[in-house]
Amino acid sequence: MTALTDSIDAETSSPERADERRGRGPDPRPRKPASLRRAILAEKIAPYTFLAPWLIGFFVITLGPMLVSLYLSFTDFSMLAPPEWVGVDNYVKLFTNDPKYLDSVRVTLIYVLVSVPLQLAFALLVALVLNRGLRGLSLYRSIYYLPSLIGASVAIAVLWRQMFGSNGLINQVLDFFGIQGMSWIGNPETALGTLIILNVWTFGSPMVIFLAALRQIPEYLYEAAAVDGISRVGAFRHITLPMLSPVVLFNLILQMIGAFQAFTPAFVVSGGTGGPVNSTLFYTLYLYQRGFTGFQMGYASAMAWILFLGIALVTAFNFWFSKYWVHYDD
Amino acid sequence: MTTETFDQKTVAMSVGRKKSRVRDGFSHALLIAFGFVMLYPVIWMLGASFKDSAHIFSEVSPIPNPVILDNYARGWEGAGVGFGTFILNSTIVAGLSVIGNLVACVLAGYAFARLRFRGRKLFFACMMATLMLPHHVLLIPQYMLFAGLDWVNTFLPLVVPKFLAVDAFFVFLMVQFLRGIPTELDQAAKIDGAGPWKTFWFVILPLLKPALATTAIFTFIWTWNDFLSPMIYLQDPRSYTVPLGLNSFLDASGDSAWGAMFAMAVISLGPLFGFFLVGQKYLTTGIATTGLKG
Repeated sequence: MTALTDSIDAETSSPERADERRGRGPDPRPRKPASLRRAILAEKIAPYTFLAPWLIGFFVITLGPMLVSLYLSFTDFSMLAPPEWVGVDNYVKLFTNDPKYLDSVRVTLIYVLVSVPLQLAFALLVALVLNRGLRGLSLYRSIYYLPSLIGASVAIAVLWRQMFGSNGLINQVLDFFGIQGMSWIGNPETALGTLIILNVWTFGSPMVIFLAALRQIPEYLYEAAAVDGISRVGAFRHITLPMLSPVVLFNLILQMIGAFQAFTPAFVVSGGTGGPVNSTLFYTLYLYQRGFTGFQMGYASAMAWILFLGIALVTAFNFWFSKYWVHYDD
Repeated sequence: MTTETFDQKTVAMSVGRKKSRVRDGFSHALLIAFGFVMLYPVIWMLGASFKDSAHIFSEVSPIPNPVILDNYARGWEGAGVGFGTFILNSTIVAGLSVIGNLVACVLAGYAFARLRFRGRKLFFACMMATLMLPHHVLLIPQYMLFAGLDWVNTFLPLVVPKFLAVDAFFVFLMVQFLRGIPTELDQAAKIDGAGPWKTFWFVILPLLKPALATTAIFTFIWTWNDFLSPMIYLQDPRSYTVPLGLNSFLDASGDSAWGAMFAMAVISLGPLFGFFLVGQKYLTTGIATTGLKG
């Protein structure tokens, strides 16, 4: 027992004794005891120990690769030979000498601009119906949310391929009504439409966000409106929509960023080609083709950076434009 | 006079209640019908996985008659490599990813939300910026890095980044969640002499359980569905994950083996449904706090 306390005592006081032995003399400032100094040092270092995995990840597999890919976008690089500097050639070629690239930009823009607003409209509509205090809300919410979970899987893309094929489920249903179907995924006019439907089908996740936001709108606003004799439509226009607008913006930005990067459904439904006639050639699919089947890594890097800048621009525009329609409570 | 108005009121109220009950019934009918139409393709696929080809392409009804189990047997055999291998691979990748994200993201989230240190604001801004960064920008240099380490055809390129908290979404989720936990708890622990690690381990971590559950479930679902990264790094069919296995099966059998295809698709969705049923609460709260996409 005494030995134990002795040893602890010796341990905590030994650095000070060592100082004295070295003959530094008493410090004019009041010195903090060593244990406290150590604790302060530990407290300064501790945050970085927590952050260490993220810091390594950020520098080694995010920031570093980002800079490398920016450099590669100005080179000709096939992974077999060292990269060769070509200046802005890749960027120029993309916009002036690669009609397939412009097709992929067009397809992706249509996909984003059509599917995201439709998806959000469905999400909002269903959320409004569900928010009316119906029983079984959580059950409905789960059912409608389910497609969001599985929508990005290969399994669902496979199902889509069958459903919208020439003898698929959709045509069987149409046949029942006496309508002559066609191969929806084999027709360049409709193939993209099937993928848009797939994205709209996954309206569950923005819906859940809308539902959470609808719950936040204080009831007294509606009560006050009712007292003032404002109709339900009026209350929707002047209370619900403005109060919901920040979440609409949030969903819009989030879903657009996601839609720009969609890959799996287009790859599986078109068998990796982006066909027919480039009609499902999503941007990321073309990037994959160039980079990982054509081994034009420099060219693909330039594509990736344009995608990044495009997404950043669209997001910035959304924020800027939001001042005209988003209501902030302040 | 007063009784009359009272009566009028009660009459009006009961009429209103009746009206709203009718309207509720109408809403329910609409919601059920809509949900049914939405889920019909999935239900139909489940049924189709028990049908032979002729019935798959001629029946709108999901009910298989006769019930055929052959699809599952054929699909499980796969094309060359068995489907069991793919399931095992996916389970390893998803399991390790879950552990990695849990450990790394909770540590980073705690540091950002609770600790004071130099560069905190800058690093936090960097972390938030990576939320917007399309993964495709990093694809090629990361491939060079991992290929240089000889990690191609191993699970390391898919798993190691998770242990380095590159999924900023979950760091953000932790930060958001921690903001809702009163800092008095930390201070009380500090007064009692606990350092940051002790505070983290004994005070914060137990309170973070819901956020941890959300992270685990979402990580599992995302890595289970992930297609692009495994396609880049896993070229040997024996190392394929489930999505790659499904896709290769589709390539190999073309449009001829739909029954087996559907059977394996159903199996591949099984774990997702399982996690969905177990973790609904965490999924919806997770989405509501951060806006995660499922």
